[in-house]
Amino acid sequence: MLDRVWKSTLGKKFLMAVTGTGLVLFVFVHMMGNLQMFLGPEVINRYAAMLQTSIEFLWPARFGLAIFALVHIGTGITLTWQNRQTRDQRYATRKLVKATLASRTMLWTGSFVALYVVYHLLHFTIGTIDLHLAEMKTPDGHRDVYRMLIWAFQDSRVACGYILAMGVLCFHLSHGIGALFQSLGIKKPGYEPLIYRLARLAALGLLVGFVSVPVAVQLGWLQ
Amino acid sequence: MKLKLRVWRQKNAHTPGQFVEYHADNLNPNMSFLEMLDVVNEQIAAKGEEPIAFDHDCREGICGACSCVINGEPHGPHDKVTTCQTYLRSFQDGATVTIEPFRANAFPLIKDLVVDRTAFDRIIQAGGYISVGTGHPPDANSLPVPKPLADLAMDAAACIGCGACVAACKNASAMLFVAAKVSHLNLLPQGQPERDVRALAMVDQMDKEGFGACTVTLSCQAVCPKGISGSFIAKMNRDFLRAMLLNP
Ligand code: HEM
Ligand code: FES
Repeated sequence: MLDRVWKSTLGKKFLMAVTGTGLVLFVFVHMMGNLQMFLGPEVINRYAAMLQTSIEFLWPARFGLAIFALVHIGTGITLTWQNRQTRDQRYATRKLVKATLASRTMLWTGSFVALYVVYHLLHFTIGTIDLHLAEMKTPDGHRDVYRMLIWAFQDSRVACGYILAMGVLCFHLSHGIGALFQSLGIKKPGYEPLIYRLARLAALGLLVGFVSVPVAVQLGWLQ
Repeated sequence: MKLKLRVWRQKNAHTPGQFVEYHADNLNPNMSFLEMLDVVNEQIAAKGEEPIAFDHDCREGICGACSCVINGEPHGPHDKVTTCQTYLRSFQDGATVTIEPFRANAFPLIKDLVVDRTAFDRIIQAGGYISVGTGHPPDANSLPVPKPLADLAMDAAACIGCGACVAACKNASAMLFVAAKVSHLNLLPQGQPERDVRALAMVDQMDKEGFGACTVTLSCQAVCPKGISGSFIAKMNRDFLRAMLLNP
């Protein structure tokens, strides 16, 4: 069976959708975490300390996410490569009947997000890009995430880079969230327009949620 | 009316093809697209040249033989209409019309606008059938089919297997065709005994033929002359998953 999952287009697409769904859920939880910035330093720092100290939860989650990301990227690259081998003689005239820009650029937007994730981890989690961040601690010795974010996003280059990356991610998701329902087989005739509308709305919601933090810092609402 | 045609001419799969221009004059706007090609072919033949080869059979939109990508769209400008049911009144007088074959590696070119779509037949052979005892015909209504299921199966069965879905898909994917054929039989009681084997075998054959995967752009649904819904692809995915889990 595993053989068939990997070798068939449907099986691979299924893996891509399952891992994509997992990543979307992670991204959503991450956004909810970030939004605690608006509730003040105590709240978000307590949340961050809770995550950091729950080692039994933190490492399996990180490990799972890494596996999901690898499987998603692996199926993404192989499927896209396979899909490009199917038409050697191109059309001279071609109306893009339906395929949206987002659906045609999934590999590129995805790859951009992957590169950004590496940068993002080096920046905030590992702390090798901005050495100041590692020094920011709360009185009880945990990371002062509130101050870290304010400090980082006060630099307009960091804020702009972050906003751009979130834009690309949500562009990826504006197609991805709608598509996953079909890949997972959750769809009935007639519901298509609704699914796609809600999916785009969800992607937009994620974008607004993520971008609100750097924007608020830049505007001086959070300090 | 008049049209300027740019037609893909290619002797066979091994010789490179190119567009050739033809001027079609004195056309009646109520001619079908294929009748227009017939007229042009008579003129070409009268000059002693090789007529344009194109596929056709019923010319009433039910057999799935006609094909062609007309101005970049499989089966031309209209929704839910085949090439044979496309009429010249859909084009502007004096317009340039570009006619290409369906392009996909799984549909190798035979000549001009004719491509080999037997890959679809091999997919049907792999599982697009039911096994029944021959002999005495069963009593009518001995196998009750709920009306909603019958309707849904009928919607899937409307697929004429023309291959426009493959032609339109950026991945040359045959998902919509295979999904329609798997769903049609898998929805009905007669299809139940082979339900899982059918999903596995037809998908395997589809992959073997070199069609692409689905990116869910739904271009297939948009060009399908029979308006087959993309949600049948979701049903096929479901059936395939079930079959994999139950037949490890
Ligand atoms: C947080 C990060 C990411 C999330 C939440 C995400 C989510 C998704 C989702 C939900 C889908 C739709 C699955 C389906 O079609 O059923 C998808 C498709 C896709 N993703 Fe991602 N993705 C992420 C990162 C990436 C990365 C890093 C790549 C890099 C290669 C990538 C490449 C693709 C490709 C190529 C497709 C569609 C391929 C196709 O259908 O033709 N994604 N993604
Ligand atoms: S010739 Fe039969 S469908 Fe067009």
